[in-house]
Amino acid sequence: MYPSMRASSDLFANLEQFQDRLDELLAGRSAPSSSIRAVGRASAFPFLNVGTSADALEIYAFAPGVAPAEIEITVEKGLLTIAGERSKRSNEEKPVATYAQERFRGPFRRVVTLPDDADAGRVEANYGNGVLRILVPKRESAKARRIAVSGQA
Amino acid sequence: MSQSIEQTSHRPAAALLPPVDIVEDSSGITVFADLPGVEPKDLSVDVDGRTLTIEAPLTLGEAKELMSVYAEVRSNCYRRSFELSSELDTMNIVADWKEGVLTLRIPRAEHAKPRKVEVRTG
Repeated sequence: MYPSMRASSDLFANLEQFQDRLDELLAGRSAPSSSIRAVGRASAFPFLNVGTSADALEIYAFAPGVAPAEIEITVEKGLLTIAGERSKRSNEEKPVATYAQERFRGPFRRVVTLPDDADAGRVEANYGNGVLRILVPKRESAKARRIAVSGQA
Repeated sequence: MSQSIEQTSHRPAAALLPPVDIVEDSSGITVFADLPGVEPKDLSVDVDGRTLTIEAPLTLGEAKELMSVYAEVRSNCYRRSFELSSELDTMNIVADWKEGVLTLRIPRAEHAKPRKVEVRTG
């Protein structure tokens, strides 16, 4: 059936190929990807992307329409929690009909586990264009450093 | 981070579908679209005949050396199209942008608005 489904010692590679083929068949060439809905919606607002560099961990939370003052970021025991509520839109006019209501509304809470070398005391956050960017610097003492050896040859 | 996204997928990343709320009142239709991570200057709202297309690239402004560890948003572009009925006035669409939310106000064409017809007596 699928040329990639040969007996192979790497089961996970096969599964991934099968999944990709399924994605291609379902998504099609012209249909846009539904990736933004693929994750369970109630538990996954805001969507998170996490990246790491030598100096810090950066968390991007895609949270449009939330006032920065309404977002609560707390760090406790190595867990960083992003919580808040996206309130219902207030209408001036009563709408006659609602054709679609796909956007997330209500309270949300997401938790990220911080690595051991995270410096919880220096966490910074800023919000722009609907994206909350959280910067978690790594502790200076945890960074790789070269130790000079003293003594005579 | 966008570089590591391109490396991990073997085909071009498909566009994200922004979630929308669409409501209608007596004077027209309002579309609210969630587009976090977009710079307003990159946002494109096009009308071609009766098709309205919202398209925008994502700009997170992350450093080049940032390595992606976990990504729930794996595309670098939003795109969504809508077919507008003929009673809508596509020449007078008003678009607003705030905190990652695009609000489109599409008024009903004059000829399509409900109106009373006066009856002449005599």
